[in-house]
Amino acid sequence: MSRSEPILKVENITKSFGTAHILKGVDLELPKGGIKILIGPSGGGKSTLLQCLNCLVTPDSGTIWFNGSVVDIQKSKELYAFRQQVGMIFQDFNLFDHLTALDNIIIALCKVKKKNKQQAKERAMVELEQVGLSDKGHLYPAELSGGQKQRVAIARALAMDPKVLLLDEPTSALDPELVGEVVAVIRSLAQKGMTMIMATHQISLIRNLADEILFMKDGLIAEQGTPRELLGAGVCTLSQGFCDKLNEITGEEI
Amino acid sequence: MFESLTVIKDALPYLLKGSFATGGIVLGAMLIGLTLGVLMACGMVYGRRWVRWVVGFYIWFFQGVPVLVLLFLFYFGLFNYLGFNFTAFTSVTIVLGMTTAAYQANIFRGAILSLPIGQFKAANALGMSNVQAIIHIVLPQVLRISIPAWSNEFSIILKDSALAFVIGAPEIMARTQFVASRTYQHLPLYITAGLIYFVLTWSGVKGLRALENKVRIPGYSHQGK
Repeated sequence: MSRSEPILKVENITKSFGTAHILKGVDLELPKGGIKILIGPSGGGKSTLLQCLNCLVTPDSGTIWFNGSVVDIQKSKELYAFRQQVGMIFQDFNLFDHLTALDNIIIALCKVKKKNKQQAKERAMVELEQVGLSDKGHLYPAELSGGQKQRVAIARALAMDPKVLLLDEPTSALDPELVGEVVAVIRSLAQKGMTMIMATHQISLIRNLADEILFMKDGLIAEQGTPRELLGAGVCTLSQGFCDKLNEITGEEI
Repeated sequence: MFESLTVIKDALPYLLKGSFATGGIVLGAMLIGLTLGVLMACGMVYGRRWVRWVVGFYIWFFQGVPVLVLLFLFYFGLFNYLGFNFTAFTSVTIVLGMTTAAYQANIFRGAILSLPIGQFKAANALGMSNVQAIIHIVLPQVLRISIPAWSNEFSIILKDSALAFVIGAPEIMARTQFVASRTYQHLPLYITAGLIYFVLTWSGVKGLRALENKVRIPGYSHQGK
């Protein structure tokens, strides 16, 4: 496979909830190792798009290619196998509340990847170490801070060896002083070449990590381009205006 | 007075033997109720339209008809008609089990609905099938949440099991009535029977409370000091 061939590609994704048309035909190509960042106003369809990419929300129409072949989402087995290879990070972490941090990671390794308990445990420890939580494995989600929870969630996703990571506002539910630790983990993933698509309002991530910014509005991708093209000095784009607004709130310099 | 005590002393071993039958009925009924209740709750929440309709009908029927009527309906009616040769003990266990299943289904359904949907999505996102997500993620939490309501159901079924005496299952109430009708010592004997039920209910509820504390998820305490 050439480097430029997309690992994940979707065409003409549409989704309505009742009379609300959330996605109106979105096309997207994610090259291996690429990082795309979704920005845009609330209700623009970012979360729905991300959840359509691994069919947590079933699109009304559209086609998904993974690694060059079409994913038949009607076939449960094919869908489950596809989802294994696409990790997802949620805004509100969604750790399994009844399991310790370690068991949160182990359970999918055992039940989905069919690893034995010992192998799964070793792998889980490696991933916890990567996110700097090797001493917190025995704690339950309710005993962790928001930033720690999100780092466990990232470790849990990475343990499945995903080819692509979908991140749905990974820092939006965190206290400001906890954002940094999660951003650091995401940055180190980017350095290791992880393919990612992320919705975020975190200016530093938008600016520094994105290969391409996708500005979503009213269920469509309204603008797309590199950070330089969309946020460079003197340009007048929707993205620029949106980031200016974020800056006014956070006081950060672009 | 002295005579009453003698009667109680003589009858007590015989009555207590009845608590094995009572215990068996309650245990069997609660297990039937647990199994059917969990399946029906999942059917109500995750099932297709026809599944929800069937479960809804079942619950409507068993909630709407008195237990005694159900007991007669099944023991003298349906089981006979179908040619099942169930003993009184088995029949009572099945009927109480099917009745409590209707109530337990709603207990578990409420618990499922109280879980945030995100955990189910996270399980799916990791590649778990819906059935795996239900078994490994939803049910372990739902069963924990349901213990307090389930212990209500336990004490109700324990006391409803006394109805078994009308079709002649040899449990506490049937034995008490048998002795009372021979000795005419109704008051002391029924007080004794009541006390046996009381002790059984109390220890069962106490045990479930201990279980609730044992499986409580750390960090989720609602309890005062």
